[in-house]
Amino acid sequence: MKVLVCISHVPDTTSKINFTDGDTKFDTNGVQFVINPYDEFALTRAMWFKEKQGASVTVVNVGNATTEPTLRKALAIGADDAIRVNTEATDGFFVAKQLAEVVKNGGYDLVLAGKESIDYNGGMVPAMLASILDFNFSNACVGLEIEGTTATISREIDGGKEILSASLPLVIGGQKGLVEEKDLRIPNMRGIMMARKKPLNVVEPVDFDGTTSSASFEKPAPKGACKMVDADNVDELISLLHNEAKVI
Amino acid sequence: MSVLVYAESSEGKFKKVALEATSYGKKVAEQLGTNLVVLTINADETSELNTYGAEKILSVKNDALKSLDAKVIANVIKQASEKEDASVVIIDSSANGLTVAPMVAVSLNAGFASNVVAAPSSTSPFVVKRKAFSNKAFNNTEINTTVKVVGLAKNSFGLHENASSGSTEDFSPSIIESGMTSTSIDKTVGTVTIADADIVVSAGRGLKGPENWGMIEELAEVLGAATACSKPVSDMDWRPHSEHVGQTGKPVSSNLYIAIGISGAIQHLAGINSSKVKVVINTDPEAPFFKAADYGIVGDAFEVVPKLIEKLKSFKANNA
Ligand SMILES: Cc1cc2nc3c(=O)[nH]c(=O)nc-3n(C[C@H](O)[C@H](O)[C@H](O)COP(=O)(O)OP(=O)(O)OC[C@H]3O[C@@H](n4cnc5c(N)ncnc54)[C@H](O)[C@@H]3O)c2cc1C
Repeated sequence: MKVLVCISHVPDTTSKINFTDGDTKFDTNGVQFVINPYDEFALTRAMWFKEKQGASVTVVNVGNATTEPTLRKALAIGADDAIRVNTEATDGFFVAKQLAEVVKNGGYDLVLAGKESIDYNGGMVPAMLASILDFNFSNACVGLEIEGTTATISREIDGGKEILSASLPLVIGGQKGLVEEKDLRIPNMRGIMMARKKPLNVVEPVDFDGTTSSASFEKPAPKGACKMVDADNVDELISLLHNEAKVI
Repeated sequence: MSVLVYAESSEGKFKKVALEATSYGKKVAEQLGTNLVVLTINADETSELNTYGAEKILSVKNDALKSLDAKVIANVIKQASEKEDASVVIIDSSANGLTVAPMVAVSLNAGFASNVVAAPSSTSPFVVKRKAFSNKAFNNTEINTTVKVVGLAKNSFGLHENASSGSTEDFSPSIIESGMTSTSIDKTVGTVTIADADIVVSAGRGLKGPENWGMIEELAEVLGAATACSKPVSDMDWRPHSEHVGQTGKPVSSNLYIAIGISGAIQHLAGINSSKVKVVINTDPEAPFFKAADYGIVGDAFEVVPKLIEKLKSFKANNA
């Protein structure tokens, strides 16, 4: 089985979000970039398929050269090789088109992605990719087993869980549950050494006109001060929520 | 030309998000000087959609669509949008909506903006404001294609009545085959889900252990609220993963979010920030949550919560 894991390169969750150039660009100054948290669950699940079922695991990112340390980290966690599509990731549809090309050229059976990336939170790439390739697709995936060419998928739905079966090829939008938090892999020294020698192939993008563009960014309006209520006076809280905030 | 809204129903009834998407669709149709068409699948009663501005309703009834395969539903939406010559297609942010919308965009070769929070600030160029960086910012996104797909964030535009006397038309699209077989569905009935809830009661590590969640559940029950928790609480298996909220868990955009024994770490706040009103109950007056909250009580949850339950019960009894 050939597994492709899509890796998004995102600001660390503690990053301060600021913009430059008249609020048109994200200010990367002082920002640490990491593997998108949702993608870590997908990558760790892929390692399980590699170790237990002999799958090969390739990681891919659509981005410029600055994302390579993130791909190297994925290699250090255990992926066999990496692909970087050498272009600016400008919009979700564009990224999905580029990934579809990688999947077609590489003949992957299973594509694992995180259900969204924590920078633009589009949540669109996995579903778009499945749609372009006409592969089966499950979002919000919290469990995945593969036997032969059949996948058993557990996914979250509004108010519960659903178990599905589908044949490969398949695209998954994953999250916690795909593996448990405590089972997430972090690179060790040996992994980091080995990662330096693993192939990281740079490929050029295919032409596709952007369907959306970013006009500008804004930050939320600053919040007023918190109104404090005495712990012995919960009646006042109830009255504020009823009369002032009008939420109960 | 038209604006098309897909109004999702569950067990034949519309969810609030479907009516919100309809309200939003009406606004966009007015801005574009065109009509609002609303597509429904297996809904019992559609007149509610007229209340929120639907000028035409396409009603699909087909048991094959009871399965939730997004690919099949996306294809029905595509057929409806082509039939109605829709220039904007609007889909809500329910779990299904989030999966269906990107597929609709691909099939219509349309630009897609998700998590949109406001009516277009301009229609030519077509610019919408969407959430970005896990609620730490917004992005004004221009959609450049002829047909545009908009995913509306929950509780962002609100419900706006706008009665119209629309017609309802039976619509029988062709149904493509699904490659997925659903083998079981396990839904908790009778409890409010985080996605649907107007009020969410959430608790953190300050509760000390899973045995103390009785009062959290009781408070939620009095308020008709969903229960949620911080990440470490679900990592330690005190509560199920489905309750984990925050940047790497479920997003919350309820009217009221009550945080009990939660410190207010940046990753937690990122996920719940778009809730309208936030209340924090915490023993530590320096807890960062107080900077993000609207109302706060410095106090011990084990004393404050039982009092709050008791007082809310009498408040509810008097205001019923
Ligand atoms: C990559 C990454 C992603 C993350 N994503 C998320 C996420 O999505 N969601 C999330 O929640 N966290 C997330 N976190 C974790 C986050 O950083 C915090 O560790 C977590 O939110 C803390 O949970 P807590 O507030 O329950 O616990 P603590 O930080 O331990 O806070 C407990 C609070 O309870 C108070 N308390 C103690 N006793 C009482 C009492 N008797 N009555 C009232 N108050 C009391 C304390 O004063 C304290 O403020 C993430 C972290 C990382 C690194």
